[in-house]
Amino acid sequence: MSSLASIEGLFYLAATIAIVASLKVVTGKNTVHALLYLVISLLAVAVCFYLMGAPFAAGLEVIVYAGAILVLFVFAVMMFGLGIDETHNAPQSRGLSLWVGPVFLGLLLLIELIFVIGNSDLSLQLNNQIVDSKQVGMLLYGPYLLAVEISSFLLLAGLVAGYHYAKPESRGGRL
Amino acid sequence: MSLLASLPLYPLLSFLILISFGKRLSWVMASWVSVGAMGAAAFCSMFLVNQLSTSDTSVITAHMWQWFSIGSAKVNVSFYLDALSAVMILVVTGVGFLIHLFAAIYMKSDENFTRFMAYMNLFIVAMLVLVLADNLVLLYLGWEGVGLCSFLLIGFWYQEKSNVLAARKAFIVTRIGDTAMVIGLFLLFKSLASLNIAEINQLAQTTISFTSNSMNAAHSDAYWAALLLLGGAVGKSAQLPLQTWLPDAMAGPTPVSALIHAATMVTAGVYLIARMNGVFLMAPEVMNYVAWLGGITLLIAGVAALAQNDIKRVLAYSTMSQIGYMMLALGAGAWSAGVFHLMTHAFFKALLFLTAGAVILALHHQQDIFKMGGLLKRLPVEATLFLVGLACLIALPGTSGFFSKEAIIASLWSSPTAGPSLWWCAILGALLTSIYSCRLFFLAFLGKARFPENLVISDHIETNKLLRGALFILALLSLFGGLVTVDLSSLFSSYKPSVVSSIDSPSWLHIVAIATPFIGIIFSWFYYRRYRIVTDEPLTASHSAWIVFCRNGLGFDTLYSTLLIKPYCFVAKLNKNDLFDQILMLIAWYVRIWRDILSVSQSGSLRWFAAAFGLSLVGLICVVTL
Amino acid sequence: MTEIPLTHVLILSSLLFIIGFVGVVVRKNTLFMLMSLEVMLNAVGVAFIGAGSVWQEADGQIMFMLVLTLAAAEIAVGLALLIRMQRRYRTLNIDVLNQMKG
Repeated sequence: MSSLASIEGLFYLAATIAIVASLKVVTGKNTVHALLYLVISLLAVAVCFYLMGAPFAAGLEVIVYAGAILVLFVFAVMMFGLGIDETHNAPQSRGLSLWVGPVFLGLLLLIELIFVIGNSDLSLQLNNQIVDSKQVGMLLYGPYLLAVEISSFLLLAGLVAGYHYAKPESRGGRL
Repeated sequence: MSLLASLPLYPLLSFLILISFGKRLSWVMASWVSVGAMGAAAFCSMFLVNQLSTSDTSVITAHMWQWFSIGSAKVNVSFYLDALSAVMILVVTGVGFLIHLFAAIYMKSDENFTRFMAYMNLFIVAMLVLVLADNLVLLYLGWEGVGLCSFLLIGFWYQEKSNVLAARKAFIVTRIGDTAMVIGLFLLFKSLASLNIAEINQLAQTTISFTSNSMNAAHSDAYWAALLLLGGAVGKSAQLPLQTWLPDAMAGPTPVSALIHAATMVTAGVYLIARMNGVFLMAPEVMNYVAWLGGITLLIAGVAALAQNDIKRVLAYSTMSQIGYMMLALGAGAWSAGVFHLMTHAFFKALLFLTAGAVILALHHQQDIFKMGGLLKRLPVEATLFLVGLACLIALPGTSGFFSKEAIIASLWSSPTAGPSLWWCAILGALLTSIYSCRLFFLAFLGKARFPENLVISDHIETNKLLRGALFILALLSLFGGLVTVDLSSLFSSYKPSVVSSIDSPSWLHIVAIATPFIGIIFSWFYYRRYRIVTDEPLTASHSAWIVFCRNGLGFDTLYSTLLIKPYCFVAKLNKNDLFDQILMLIAWYVRIWRDILSVSQSGSLRWFAAAFGLSLVGLICVVTL
Repeated sequence: MTEIPLTHVLILSSLLFIIGFVGVVVRKNTLFMLMSLEVMLNAVGVAFIGAGSVWQEADGQIMFMLVLTLAAAEIAVGLALLIRMQRRYRTLNIDVLNQMKG
């Protein structure tokens, strides 16, 4: 079996794709392109989930994230023409100087995180046994019932807030 | 509630009514309330004194509530009435009632009449608390209360700057004495662990550590405590180092001068020393100081009184000199003589001041005696009353002043803490008293009328029978008050027998003492002849340097001004920007720097906040892991 | 048996998180900031799933689902605000909204 075809190979490949796509999201100029890169990043992460033995999570990632949330983004961009002032606000149009500080800060944080991860004596390997949706469902409607209720309220609040904020002022939508 | 406890309530109620309803009350209502309250208090205190004389313990106490406690010592709000405080409450309420009556008429036309009467009532409350207090803390409350009322009343006509300055001066100067007194209280509490007056007087005799000091025998706690209490008494009673406020205090309305600065408040110092006699007896050196302070003050004040032009200032200096007599008596250990003189002095000085007030009012607020003259014909009743007052002041035989002053002078020669030199002081003082009294009378009531001829003498004073009535009662009291024997000897602990030296008083002492006032009168009859007779030559106050020096109270004001006030003002000016303030401002500066830094960080930019999150996360991980 | 160590999963998660963070700080366009936020939330999900897989527990996936819910709600509100901002200020530049300056 070639290394590419093995599970590890696939995982590292997907991880690389996710990182690169995320970088393109962050540095992108065009809104729609960036959104598409974000979809790619999410799909790559979904592959990672599947390879890590969580097919249910991978499915959710594809359906909810890449499907629902990103569609929401696309709707917003399409309906309100949010991409107009893109070039004007893109950091690239003002040279790289804007990037220096945040990237330095990010690198510092990354170094610290890697230092912490490396020092925490985690010689654990991922288990290739699948944690299937049945287990998840039993836990979700057992011990985590309250969390489910709370998140449903959260979604309801998000719905109400989104409806109210997006309403034009002429129709009573005042902040 | 017992009668004793309710005594200060009448004026307090009246004060509250007057201060709350203020100008809504008519003159009649306000006078009825304030004078009526005083009448009730006077009646009540007479009844109490009567009760006291029949009770077998010769003490009436009234415990109301515990104020606070320090360790085992309890400070109660409770009153204590014995013969000494009985004399005081009689004087305060009795003379106070008459003066209130006078003031109600005197101040009738003043627009702030109710405020005036309210202050007067408040003063009576404070004074009653002072004299009835059974512990030193309550006494101090009353002590400060009368100081406050004095301040308010001197500055009653606050639209004029000089009045305000006089009020401020009185307040600040007495404050020096008050501070000394507070330290004295602390010292007493430290060494005797009690603040109850009766207990202190008892303990002072028995506590050995109080009277003797292992390090310095001459300066025991008793010495310092007595000295500090003397400081308080000196401030309140306008004695030598702190006497300068009293003449200026005459800026207040005349009834105030009569009530506060002659009859009652200024004698609080005398009362304090008499009250704390147990402590003073343990410190004979301080008794000696008291005597000398009194002696010197009475001479200085007598000399200053000789040169005054203002009728009220003459009386003010005379008050100072008479309190000097009381101090002299206390210093000599003649407690009852001192308190007796306090009482008679309250009668005749109130009479003098009120009569002077009537004269001043009749002459449309003319206080300069060089612009009076010949008033005997125009105001015969007032002149007679004034003459009665002066006779008591001079201590002509038969008047009340005679009995009390002779009692003082007689006790001086053989007293271990006084002696012949102070006796001569007192005699000289008596001579001065009679001379300045004669000068005052001649200038004001005899000679040629020096006020404008067409001046209409206001007749609302003359016709008012009520006002005359108050003056007549005071005159009667002045004349016959001396017949009331005040026996306080049982109250005061006397010297130990061994201390009393057996100096024989020569027999000529009494004759000299009785003859002195007459010598003074005869001397001034001839010396002040031009004041007395009606001539056409103009009469003006002398402006020679010596007279001006005396008129300004022998330069004490100038002395204090150069020694204390000017250096203080100089230092204050040097330190205009307040060094200590600047040090404190460093804190403000530090805070402001941080405020600037932090407000720069509050740029309002969301990205900046996000970056700050990241930065703090970096710092947090750094702190946790390292 | 796979050979993926947990460390690598966590490093992936950290990388994604930091990319998202830098995006939030650098971009002025609010829409890009929201997308960067999505990347950051996703990174957290990776860490949870990885940990769940190591111990063979379903809790990791449940946490991921809660994060998902949060993301959905956040995006709903965030996009609504974005539309609001576009209407009122005619721009998506987040620096325009700096009224909270101290």
